[in-house]
Amino acid sequence: MNMKLPLTIKETQEGLLKKEFSAVELVDAYLNRIKKFDKEINAFLTVSEEIAYMQAKRIDESIHRSGKKIFDEYSLFGVTVAHKDLFLTKGVRTTAGSKVLKDYVPQYSATVVKRIEEAGAIMIGKLNCDAWAHGSSGENSDFGSTKNPWNKEYTSGGSSSGSAASLALNFCLITTGTDTCGSIRLPANYCGVYGLKPTYGSVSRYGIVAMASSLDSIGNFGRSVDDIKRVFDVTRGEDGRDATVANYQFPTTNFQLKPKIRIGIPREFFVEGLDKEVEKTIMESVDLLKKEGIEFKEVSLPSTKYGISIYYIIQPAEVSSNLGRYDGIRYGAKRDNFGDEAKRRIMLGTYVLSAGYYDEFYLRAMKVRSKIIQEVNAVFEDVDALIAPVAPTPPFKLGEKVNNPLEMYLTDIYAATANLSGIPSIAIPSGFSKKGLPLGFQLMGPRFSEYTLFALGKFYHELIDYKPRVAF
Amino acid sequence: MAKLTKKNVLHVAKLANLTLTDEEVEKYLEQLSNIISYISQLDEVDVSELEPTSQTTGLENVLRIDELKPGNSLDLKYALSGTENTHNDYFQVDAVLEERSDPTTLKLRGASK
Repeated sequence: MNMKLPLTIKETQEGLLKKEFSAVELVDAYLNRIKKFDKEINAFLTVSEEIAYMQAKRIDESIHRSGKKIFDEYSLFGVTVAHKDLFLTKGVRTTAGSKVLKDYVPQYSATVVKRIEEAGAIMIGKLNCDAWAHGSSGENSDFGSTKNPWNKEYTSGGSSSGSAASLALNFCLITTGTDTCGSIRLPANYCGVYGLKPTYGSVSRYGIVAMASSLDSIGNFGRSVDDIKRVFDVTRGEDGRDATVANYQFPTTNFQLKPKIRIGIPREFFVEGLDKEVEKTIMESVDLLKKEGIEFKEVSLPSTKYGISIYYIIQPAEVSSNLGRYDGIRYGAKRDNFGDEAKRRIMLGTYVLSAGYYDEFYLRAMKVRSKIIQEVNAVFEDVDALIAPVAPTPPFKLGEKVNNPLEMYLTDIYAATANLSGIPSIAIPSGFSKKGLPLGFQLMGPRFSEYTLFALGKFYHELIDYKPRVAF
Repeated sequence: MAKLTKKNVLHVAKLANLTLTDEEVEKYLEQLSNIISYISQLDEVDVSELEPTSQTTGLENVLRIDELKPGNSLDLKYALSGTENTHNDYFQVDAVLEERSDPTTLKLRGASK
């Protein structure tokens, strides 16, 4: 079958309604692509073919029976989703990318998984990631690294490696991910798709393997701003199972930009070490937006230079606690199945929390974290959003940083600010480098400003007449 | 700045219930030393006026009524489904206490090591 696969939710639902294709035919096409290309890319850890066909058949029957109104009722009707393998899926193996959980079949589903399913989505499988979400390249997965679809010698970015790569290859329509320090934004940036890291506390973490609980944000990927917004509309809000989630009253205006928008350019994010092409794509975007009347202002966040140091104290501390539960008794394999990076972080975390070092490292890091938050809050008194690189360079080669953990950690130097201060950020694709690898930037905003960021993203998207692309 | 020693690595591995090979001890000593040296840049920050941040939600004392809801707990069959090591509908675990030879010398396994 040679059908043209839709690239966005809108195209998918219009096609289903006009009977250009059925949901079952969509699943056929996705599964064919996965079978054909994923041996080289390694984006999927589990393909849930049976569930996908069962759900697709139900979708086709409902459309036949109810017609257009079913799409008004269920906003993700007929949308094919795959989840990062950190999200528990009832009855479908969930590994967290680690051999410790290689045979673990969850007894319940994560809130996000359930909500997406109840909105009419079709689940096609589970996606590769760095084990326990520890990594910036996907190379720490115990099941092999995910390759970058745009050039297989390069990493896809991590930790949500499969989530980004599978969209760049059209293995499905939307994917989910987690972002503790860039794990959504970096792979989105490296694979040329959109990624949302929402406000900490806007989406429930219930049923998602915990990494660093004061930083974990549950987000999603798509090939357009509309798509990442549509999924956020479904996943956000209280579920009574995660005490950090508040039912914030988001403004419901769709993509409406307020009249006077001012965006900050944080000086400390444009320093030595930033790749010229990354800087250029951002400055070109700034110029374009300026011409449309958006104001830009240089701002300063001096303490963000400590971001990675704070993060590599707080995060391993919380990791060592969260991974303490894996004892192989109730489920999962024994602790000698932890890979190198998990062991490294458990030990670092145990060290910074241990007697004699707690004040020197952990307490101090929590205090400097407050300083970053103060600076971020002060800047948002003055600007509506911040524009910044996602990472210092475009995608790097597989193997380039694996023997130097510190160098790997520094990949996320521009990601840390949003997680440490709990603010939302979206990764936006802007084009391609001379080598043909994706380029982009991130837009951060104050807590619960997701809809301003969506509006800005959409404005930019229309300005450059952005068309989603698939690598091959 | 604290300097990491081999003794620290072994101690931390024991606290975290991880078993390391000799090569791993050497490797982690070097890698963790590099990381600790980097994160020690926080020493230069004056933190005397700063309160620690442990979370960013601004929420306090989030409570709910403690009641049993159908569907909120797992049936026995599901609760035990993650392991084959069960006994009479209980999880089977390694013994924690040593066999009693003299009632006065009951001790935790491992405590004598």
